[in-house]
Amino acid sequence: MKWLVYIAFIAISLAAPLVFPAYTQQFSALWVLIILAMTWDMQGGQMGYNSLGNIFFFGFGMYVSAVVQVSIAHDIGEYTYAGGINVFQFTDGQYFTGLVLGVAAAGILCALLAFPLGWILFGLRGPYFAIGTLGVAIAAGEMVGTWEWVGAGQGISMPPFPGNPDTAKFVLYIMNMITGMVCFAVIAWLYSTRFGLALNAIRDDEQKAEGMGLQTLWIKRVCWAVAAFFVGICGAIYGNTVGFIEPLEVAFQTIYLGIFMVVAVLLGGKGTLWGPVVGAIVFHTLKEVTWTHFLGWQWVALGVLIVVIVVYFQEGIMGWLQRQRPEWFGIRVESREPEAEAAT
Amino acid sequence: MNVVNGHAVIEIDKVTKTFGGVVANKDISLKVQEGAITGMIGPNGSGKTTLFNSIVGFHPIDTGSIKFEGNEISKLRVQEIARLGLLRTFQQTRIYGKMNCVQNMLISIPHRKAGLLDIFADHRAEDRERAEHLLEFVGLYEKRWLMGGDLSFGQQKLLEFAMALMNEPSVLMLDEPTAGINPTLINGLIDRLKRANEEFGITLFVIEHNMRVIMNLAEHIYCLAHGELLAEGTPGQIQNDQRVIDAYLGAH
Repeated sequence: MKWLVYIAFIAISLAAPLVFPAYTQQFSALWVLIILAMTWDMQGGQMGYNSLGNIFFFGFGMYVSAVVQVSIAHDIGEYTYAGGINVFQFTDGQYFTGLVLGVAAAGILCALLAFPLGWILFGLRGPYFAIGTLGVAIAAGEMVGTWEWVGAGQGISMPPFPGNPDTAKFVLYIMNMITGMVCFAVIAWLYSTRFGLALNAIRDDEQKAEGMGLQTLWIKRVCWAVAAFFVGICGAIYGNTVGFIEPLEVAFQTIYLGIFMVVAVLLGGKGTLWGPVVGAIVFHTLKEVTWTHFLGWQWVALGVLIVVIVVYFQEGIMGWLQRQRPEWFGIRVESREPEAEAAT
Repeated sequence: MNVVNGHAVIEIDKVTKTFGGVVANKDISLKVQEGAITGMIGPNGSGKTTLFNSIVGFHPIDTGSIKFEGNEISKLRVQEIARLGLLRTFQQTRIYGKMNCVQNMLISIPHRKAGLLDIFADHRAEDRERAEHLLEFVGLYEKRWLMGGDLSFGQQKLLEFAMALMNEPSVLMLDEPTAGINPTLINGLIDRLKRANEEFGITLFVIEHNMRVIMNLAEHIYCLAHGELLAEGTPGQIQNDQRVIDAYLGAH
């Protein structure tokens, strides 16, 4: 049963851009939201630390990959200074080497950066942590916006994909899909180990967890680093999908994806494995419908959705399902083998 | 029979702790013998829980020294002390409310024996077995798939006790283990505390308000009043000490 769900999911994911090629970029955007929601839920749902600043790693990863991808062929300062007046060429080899190195560097640097950042921020609790992380993302956007070397507010044009734009969309979609699936597998594995219970223990009573000898600061930082790794990679691929990056609306977009990932998790169900995935799919669909049919009112519709979820539907879709059908989730209430116990 | 070889596992020497102008502990010196059950009594507000908090590193002490197995621990942090094998339970009872009893137990394995990367290990079959065995020991086996937060207060106390045993501490400090437990369960709990001490060899240091319990349980009792050590001795000596009687009746 479980494997059927996984196989169906992979099959649909592969088939989607082939059956509906016009929507490939939409499907890419959906994977981005799925990855951001899953990684957000590790802290927000499982560990009880509501971060509003995970989008920082999205922007940071995007800029890291841009710098790597451009620097492999040109001087980044000259490239951004020219702002498109000179024509900078990339060979196929330079483009693909740059893409692979850029994405890898984005993931690794984001994960490494999560450790010192976590050391500072994880001293904060509750709303202070949320605001503290949000502050990091906003400050990063403003700082990059004044930094000439990486194009400041002008941004950077990403090296163009050599070949047909439809192929580019498909390649980037596959990269998003693989990142998303690996991310899901890693998170599912982590939740099955002691680490998963440690996250829940920190959520339920952090002082107790410390008192029992759990190394809470190490666990919290590892959790954030895993999230940062995937968010960084995701940001790097997104930069290439968009083709042109700038600090406030694309990279450190706190009010767009930065909020969407939280809403998707709340909608799907906090602290469940599938909740963020389901929430991201439903939210993305809802958002595209409102953006298309209620243009001008889309922010109002989004605001109403947030209020409704927070007030009336806190458990989310998967949380609700888990309560209705606990046996689907392997949740046992009574001991299952009363006969066996009676016999012994 | 308990093995009392005269070796002190916790040595507290002239510990003073103040909160602003309030002196919560003043010049307290006491010893907890290895392998024994030591009690601590005293009226409300006499500084018992403050002393417990000082020992496990919840807050720094002003002056004095606290030694565990001969090593100074008063500068260590909470996790470091827990990882030495010195564990405490809480007066207000603290368990992980949104995890079931088995999960509560599985995450209470002795982390002091684990390296940084062992947190990524799978749950071992022997840990599961021990968890179920200990849940049975405290009488919660039937409830093992219930969420910790859905248990009654008394059952949560038992769960917290089972979690502490799961951690395999060498010393366990219990802050009012019988408070809020119904009288019929109390006898069972006393019995289990004694068995934990005898069968698992865990040294116990117990704060208790229930005189019947502490007189039954402890071999040596300290009595605090107004943040100072008032008296010490065997249960018999403490029961007949006029200063202790006065402290409890308010003559002090």
